[in-house]
Amino acid sequence: MSTALLVAILMTVAAAATPLLIAALGELVAEKSGVLNLGVEGMMLIGAVTAFAVAVTTGIPALGAVAAMAAGALAAAIFAVLTLGLMANQVATGLALTIFGTGVSALIGAPFVGITTTTLGPIFPASLADDPVWRVVFGHSPLVYIGLILTFAVWWFLKHSRAGLILRAVGESDEAAHSIGYPVLTVRTLAVLFGGAMAGLGGSYYSLVLTPMWAERLTAGRGWIAIALVVFASWRPGRLLIGAYLFGLVITLELQAKAAGFNFFAPEFLSALPYLATVLVLALISAGRRSARTVAPACLGRPFRASA
Amino acid sequence: MALALEPRREPSRAMMVAAPVIAVLATLLAGAIVFTLLGHDGPQAVYQIFVVPLFNPYRWQDLFVKAAPLAIIAIGLSIGFRANIWNIGGEGQYILGGLAGTGVALMTLDLDGVWILPVMVAAGVVGGMIWAGIPALLKTRFNVSEILSSLMLNYVAIQLLYYLMRGPWKDPMGFNFPQTAMFSAAQTLPTIVPGTLIHLGVPVAAALGLTAWFLLARSVTGFQIRVMGLAPSAARYGGFSQASTVWLAMLVGGGMAGLAGILEAAGPFGQMVPQFPTGYGYTAIIVAFLGRLHPLGILVAALVLALTYVGGESAQTVIGLPSAATGVFQAMMLFFLLAADILVRYRLVARRETVHAPAVGAARAGAAAERGRAETGAETA
Repeated sequence: MSTALLVAILMTVAAAATPLLIAALGELVAEKSGVLNLGVEGMMLIGAVTAFAVAVTTGIPALGAVAAMAAGALAAAIFAVLTLGLMANQVATGLALTIFGTGVSALIGAPFVGITTTTLGPIFPASLADDPVWRVVFGHSPLVYIGLILTFAVWWFLKHSRAGLILRAVGESDEAAHSIGYPVLTVRTLAVLFGGAMAGLGGSYYSLVLTPMWAERLTAGRGWIAIALVVFASWRPGRLLIGAYLFGLVITLELQAKAAGFNFFAPEFLSALPYLATVLVLALISAGRRSARTVAPACLGRPFRASA
Repeated sequence: MALALEPRREPSRAMMVAAPVIAVLATLLAGAIVFTLLGHDGPQAVYQIFVVPLFNPYRWQDLFVKAAPLAIIAIGLSIGFRANIWNIGGEGQYILGGLAGTGVALMTLDLDGVWILPVMVAAGVVGGMIWAGIPALLKTRFNVSEILSSLMLNYVAIQLLYYLMRGPWKDPMGFNFPQTAMFSAAQTLPTIVPGTLIHLGVPVAAALGLTAWFLLARSVTGFQIRVMGLAPSAARYGGFSQASTVWLAMLVGGGMAGLAGILEAAGPFGQMVPQFPTGYGYTAIIVAFLGRLHPLGILVAALVLALTYVGGESAQTVIGLPSAATGVFQAMMLFFLLAADILVRYRLVARRETVHAPAVGAARAGAAAERGRAETGAETA
């Protein structure tokens, strides 16, 4: 294998893994607080279209990424009001959010179809990335590094900060956390908003970095893979990083095989590969331990109402 | 003085019925506002989508034709939802049903006989069941979340459809279009009202609604499903197996979605095309909830959601509203329904003061935890 091909593959792995990693980190924090938000796909789409619209209008891609976070958080706020305020079923509300995000993003994006924008390109000077080996380190868009930093930050926050301890307590036993005075609903709301912001940021990667354009359903179900990654990672950020990059590898193999005109399998099979891999990985990971419930946050998906 | 929520002693039956009505009305109002904010003629959009088709007898047939697959899929899914089994794979099972039936059709293109259509339908049902059986197997054997596995399979089903359309099943006489041959007369669903598009699938949907209603209310299996959803631990204590409920719910859901798939292929489409995935599998989830997971409610809800499709099309041509508007209205309806649902279990009361006493809170925590568990099960019922 030539160095050029290896570099190309490594670059694509990071590119394919980053949006999954960022969105999944947000979902991990939300789930750790006890909230199951299945609306990741919808929030990613809203983030993707917002990022693109803002980048095109202002000409500043970075501003698009920031706007995507705000839009993702706003979408998550709808979810928070319904599930935390009004105790609506979390599974159904998350599905509604995905359907809503798919429709709203198509609606907002309609005038932007067929337009391209400047990408959120590499941040380091091009001279650093000249050498193919250094390109793997310095040649990425800022979001790749942000994804790695965020992984560390979320790990540190959950494991070593007091706020992270409270968040985990709320996710493991909402009644107990409430009775010793922790604001369960506030903690969960913040976690859900963070999850939305991260999904929005992850979504922005598709319209600002991977393909600097907008098309309906641009994220193509990657939001669901992000949710599956949280299960795969057993709710641990470190394993999430590994999982996201493994999936990046699967997606890269799909792209490389297509680009190389590899026709042993039909191209449709390669397109289905990430989803098949997700199902397979979920089966393997769940078969490995007796029950997913033993590692999932105990209050995941349960509604909570303070007994005042 | 502030408004506060006070738990009801038992769920309000009146609100069970009122909540979907509130949700639809709120959607009309909020839809008009949202679409105006997005730069469209909001009130006109609502009028075109929700009112115009109702006063145009010519569009009624479209309503029934669109409502039939929605109702059939939703009835199947609702059985799972009642038992807290979240089959989100209706879309994939619908596609597989269509594909399995199409497979039979392509093998029998040169044949004639009244047996062909029933065999196609049976193949469609089995196709949907097989596709739903995969998440059921993964759930019962490996405890894989059926939400994620059934959803992933939707994307796989679409790729399978594309593969068959571009490759093995492409019509050799079709000018290189990625679609199958047209079905023969013996393979096409008969229309039941002469001169309209209303095909056999419409009365089938109505009959399935009535049958499901009867079975859920009267049979032991129906009881088992309801208990499994309301009180899983009681169901296990009563000897109802979790695994058999998963299998039952998934196979019924998949079989019904597959049935809807082959009825669409042999009815409105008359062949298999890459445009076959129409999102019915997702919309049916909204239908199931709007219909309160009740077969008769679902029949009504299917007509309401069919309205968003039929009206959405006319709004597209008349005022140039993007087709995505349909999905936005559908999602808003589900949002409002889920929000209004709180009135089923709680009543709004005016409170003069709210006193927080941590000590009381702690003492009540145990009891509240018990209640919380009961509510988790009950809320999807």
